[in-house]
Amino acid sequence: MAPAVEAVELVKHFGDTRAVDGVSFVVPAGSVLGLLGPNGAGKTTLVRMLTTLSVPTSGTGRVAGFDIRREPTQVRRSMGLTGQAATVDEILTGRENLKLIGALYGLPKRYVREATERLFDRFDLTDAADRMAKTYSGGMRRRLDLAVSLLAAPPILFLDEPTTGLDPQSRSGLWAVLRELVDEGTTLVLTTQYLEEADHLADEVVVVDKGKVIAAGTPTQLKDQAGRASVVVTLTRAADLEDAARLMRAHSPEVHVERSSRRLTAQAGGLGDMTRIAAVFESSGIELDDLGLARPSLDDVFLHLTGHRAEPERPADTDPAATEPAEGTTADTPEGVTP
Amino acid sequence: MTAVRTTAALSPTTRPPISPPSLLRASSTIVWRNLLHIRRMPEMLLDVTVQSVMFVLLFAYVFGGAIAVRGASYKEFLLPGIMVQTMVFSSAIVAMGLTSDLQKGIVDRFKSLPVPRSAVLVGRSISSLIHSSIGVVVMAATGLLIGWRVRNGVVDGLVAFLLLLMFGFAVIWLGIWVGSLMRTVEAVQGFMFTLMFPLTFVANTFAPPESMPAWLRAIAEWNPVSAVTQACRELWGNGLPARADAAWPLQHPVMVSVAWSLLLTAVFAPLAVAAFRRRSRD
Repeated sequence: MAPAVEAVELVKHFGDTRAVDGVSFVVPAGSVLGLLGPNGAGKTTLVRMLTTLSVPTSGTGRVAGFDIRREPTQVRRSMGLTGQAATVDEILTGRENLKLIGALYGLPKRYVREATERLFDRFDLTDAADRMAKTYSGGMRRRLDLAVSLLAAPPILFLDEPTTGLDPQSRSGLWAVLRELVDEGTTLVLTTQYLEEADHLADEVVVVDKGKVIAAGTPTQLKDQAGRASVVVTLTRAADLEDAARLMRAHSPEVHVERSSRRLTAQAGGLGDMTRIAAVFESSGIELDDLGLARPSLDDVFLHLTGHRAEPERPADTDPAATEPAEGTTADTPEGVTP
Repeated sequence: MTAVRTTAALSPTTRPPISPPSLLRASSTIVWRNLLHIRRMPEMLLDVTVQSVMFVLLFAYVFGGAIAVRGASYKEFLLPGIMVQTMVFSSAIVAMGLTSDLQKGIVDRFKSLPVPRSAVLVGRSISSLIHSSIGVVVMAATGLLIGWRVRNGVVDGLVAFLLLLMFGFAVIWLGIWVGSLMRTVEAVQGFMFTLMFPLTFVANTFAPPESMPAWLRAIAEWNPVSAVTQACRELWGNGLPARADAAWPLQHPVMVSVAWSLLLTAVFAPLAVAAFRRRSRD
C-alpha cells in the first residue's frame, strides 16, 4: 500500500536559518508518526510544508499520494490540520466554526449539521455549542479545533503539538480520542515535545533536532539505544534494606540503594531478571510495596542522542498550574508492575 | 474531556463529498464570517459610528464657527470631508483585522482548506467596504439632523456615494498591504493612524486649503482625499466649485477622484496580494 505521508529531503531556509535541513520519512497508512524534538527543532515547519501552508526551499513531500508542491489542492482535500495554537474563530460559536469550515469545504449543509452534532457529542461540546469560542477553556478549544479538523473526515490528520498547555486530564482525554481515530483507520502525524506522548501514541518516532533527523524507530527501539533496563524494588520497611540489597546483589552486581524512599535499583537485562528477583523476594519474606521494570525514557534517549535534554519550555501564556511538571522528573517510570 | 463518548465512527471510508467552492462562494462565506464578527462585537463599529459622529459634532460646533467657507454653511462643507475621512480610516480597520487573523492562525486554517487563497483578501475587502458603508449611512443621518442636505438631485447624489465607495475600495487595498506586511495588530494600528491623520487633515476636509502656507496648500490640493471631498461637495451641492487659483485636480474633482481610485487600486492591490502571498509562503 502506498504510504499516507512521505517527506523527501525537505529543506526550508528562513534567511540564513536552516529550519529544516533535509528531512525524509515515510508514514504507512493507518499508523502514527511522532515527530519529537525540542522547541525550534523544525517540527512545526515540517508540518507546515507537508500541509501546504509553507513552500519548501527544496525537496518535496506526498500526502495521500499527492505531491505537496504540484497538487496542493488535492493534498488539502485529503488531510486535516490541527495547528499549534488552536485556530478556532473565537468570536464565532462552536457550531458556527463548523458551519464556516463546512461551507469552505463545500460540504452539503445537511451533512455539516449532522456531523456537527456527532462531533460535539463525541467531544463533549454539545452544551457549549452555541457559546462563543472565546468563552471556552483551553481543553475545549483544542477539542473544537480537532472537531473542525475532522469535519470532512480526512484520512490523514496532522497535529502540531496537540496537547501543549493542556492539563494532564485534558491531555489523556485527547490521547483517548486520537487512539480512537487510529482504530478507525486514520493516519496521524503529530509533533510533540513530550516524550511521554510520543511513547504513548506513536508507532514510529522520528527525533528531530536543529532541522535534521537524528534518530528514527519505534519507541522501544529508541529506548533500547539509550541503555538497559533496571529493576526497581520499593520495600515496605526500611529495616529490610540491607537484607534486600544482599539478595539483589546475588543477581546483579550493581545495586543502588535509596534509603529515604526505601527503594533499590539494580541493572537488569529484561523481564527475565525481574521475575527472578521477584521470586527471590517471594521466598525471603521481605515485604514489598512495589516491584517493576524501569526502562530508559525517551528523555534519556534524547540526552543520549543530543547531549541535551528535551524538556519543553513552559509556554508563557498558560497557567503554570495547568501544565504538567517537566518530563525529566518522570525518568524512572516503572513499566511492568507486579503485585 | 472526561467523558469522551464513543458514538458513531467517523471512519475515513465514509467521507462526505467535498466540492471546493468558487472564489465568489468562498469569499462570500468569509464576508459572512467577518460580518458575524461585527454583529457579535458592535464596538467594532465605534470607529465609523460614535467616533465619526463625534468628529462631526466637534468640528461643526467647536471649530466650525472659526472656519470661514465660501458658498455653504460650515456643516454642509464639513460632511463630505468627514465621510471621506471615514472611508480612509476604514483602511486601518481592514489592516488590523487581517493582521489579527494572520496572528491568530485563522488564515492558516483557511489556507489548509481546498479554497482559493485570494478568498481571504476578497472577503476581507468586501466586508470592510460594508463596514465603511455603515459609517457613511450613520454620517449621512447625522448630517441630515444638523442641516446637511443633498441639493443636486438623486443622480448626482448617488454618483457621489459611488465615488466614496470606489475610493474606499482603493484605500482598503492599502490596508491589506500594510496588514500583510506587519506582524502585530499594535504595529498596524500605530502605523496606520500615523499615516491617516496627516492624510485626512492636510486636505480640504476640515478647512479650505487657501489659508495654508503655499507649500502645504499644494500638498493638500494634490491629496487624493481633497479631490474626492471636492467631488462630493460639488455633486451634493455643499459648496462652490474650487477657486480659479486652486490646483488642477480640484478643478476636475470627479474625473480625478475616479482616476485616483483606479490608480491606487492598481498599485496597492497587486502589492497587497504579493505581500500576502509572500507571507503565506512561510
